[in-house]
Amino acid sequence: MIPRYQKFLFGILLVASLVMGVALWQLRERAHQRMIAGQDSAPTSAPEVAPAEQATLLVANDSDSSLLTQVHSLPLPADPGSRARAVLGKLLDIYAAPSAAHPVPGGGSSVLQVFLLPAPALAPPAINPINPATGRPKAPASSARPAEAQQTGPQLAVVNLAGNFTASHPSGIETETLTVLSICGTLHANLPRVTQVRFLVDGLQRATLAGHADLTRTYLAADATPAEGVHP
Amino acid sequence: MATGKLAAAQQPSPAPASPPARFVVVLDAAHGGDDTGGRLTSGQLEKNFTLALNVRLRSLLAARGIQVVTTRDSDAVVEPNRRAEIANHAQAQACLSLHASESGSGIHLFTSSLAPTQTVRFAAWKTAQAAWVTRSLALAGALNSALLHSGMSVTLGRTTLPAVDSMTCPAVAIEIAPELDQDKKVTAGLDDKDYQARVAAALAAALVEWRTEAHP
Repeated sequence: MIPRYQKFLFGILLVASLVMGVALWQLRERAHQRMIAGQDSAPTSAPEVAPAEQATLLVANDSDSSLLTQVHSLPLPADPGSRARAVLGKLLDIYAAPSAAHPVPGGGSSVLQVFLLPAPALAPPAINPINPATGRPKAPASSARPAEAQQTGPQLAVVNLAGNFTASHPSGIETETLTVLSICGTLHANLPRVTQVRFLVDGLQRATLAGHADLTRTYLAADATPAEGVHP
Repeated sequence: MATGKLAAAQQPSPAPASPPARFVVVLDAAHGGDDTGGRLTSGQLEKNFTLALNVRLRSLLAARGIQVVTTRDSDAVVEPNRRAEIANHAQAQACLSLHASESGSGIHLFTSSLAPTQTVRFAAWKTAQAAWVTRSLALAGALNSALLHSGMSVTLGRTTLPAVDSMTCPAVAIEIAPELDQDKKVTAGLDDKDYQARVAAALAAALVEWRTEAHP
């Protein structure tokens, strides 16, 4: 004969087991739903690749110290800074190829960033004439609105190179000058608003590229675009 | 007698013979000390090559009666500004910055890429060469002629070198590279003593010619 209290206890345990089973099943379902929801937010299709466009590169040749114009088709982003970096990356990939006419190790990853800024005036500002009525200098007449000038005016490109690129660059006036001029000319050819170029190495100013070419000055991009085959 | 003395005193004394025109050449052996420059194929450092060429060229010029000022005579660090200071104090008629490289072929002659300007009383230090660019181009032409006459291949170019851009004299950077034939094979390496001697002799001949042009 089973005591009454044991029957009552068995009943309670049975009900508790059933309740816990249902609760566990529901928790499992919720976890499953969360997992499915997470998968939905993950990318399931390949990212869109920028369409291929024609890029003009000024490629250096050590054998005759020339810059030759070459046109390559490559994906170019819409953003001008990313576009400049992509073009320069292709140029340095050509230089890093085994049979390059201007061999420089490093490749496209050597261009860390390209910043595009409104170009500062290189000529000293003109002295404002004196206003005879007030005895003070006249206010300069503004020729263009600042916002408009920023959108259409000339640009300064600041090219940030990797330190290992300059460390492995061959030393010599000719080879360093060709590298600098080909970068300046390539930027100007693809982004015509870029009229001035400055260089940084790992984010800092550096005296020379590899012991010769001056990296502290501002280069005029137009000076680096000679006629085809002409020495810079 | 007294009158005669007075007359003699009033006569214009013969003008003193004008001193011979001063002709000074500055030789700037690039790099030095910790700044080794490039490493050449033979294992030699660019700083040692330029110093050796500097010594050889100085001897040749001294033998021709040309006064030479050098920016360094030993393996010492000389900052670019100091090189320009030495050149500018010398008030030289020619300043040659000597370099060497394994890139390219033949002799590379570089003048400053600064745009030519008029001479001004106070010039900006970093662009002082601008007033001398025209004369520098003429000097590069004289060097080019002499090197071509010696059978060497020459490349002319413009560049930006911190020391040269601050010099107030006709200034040319000379980069010596190996001599290559049509098939890009080396016919005269940088360690070739005969090649070095030919280059130095051609440069000396060019400077003698330049002296004739500067002081006919």
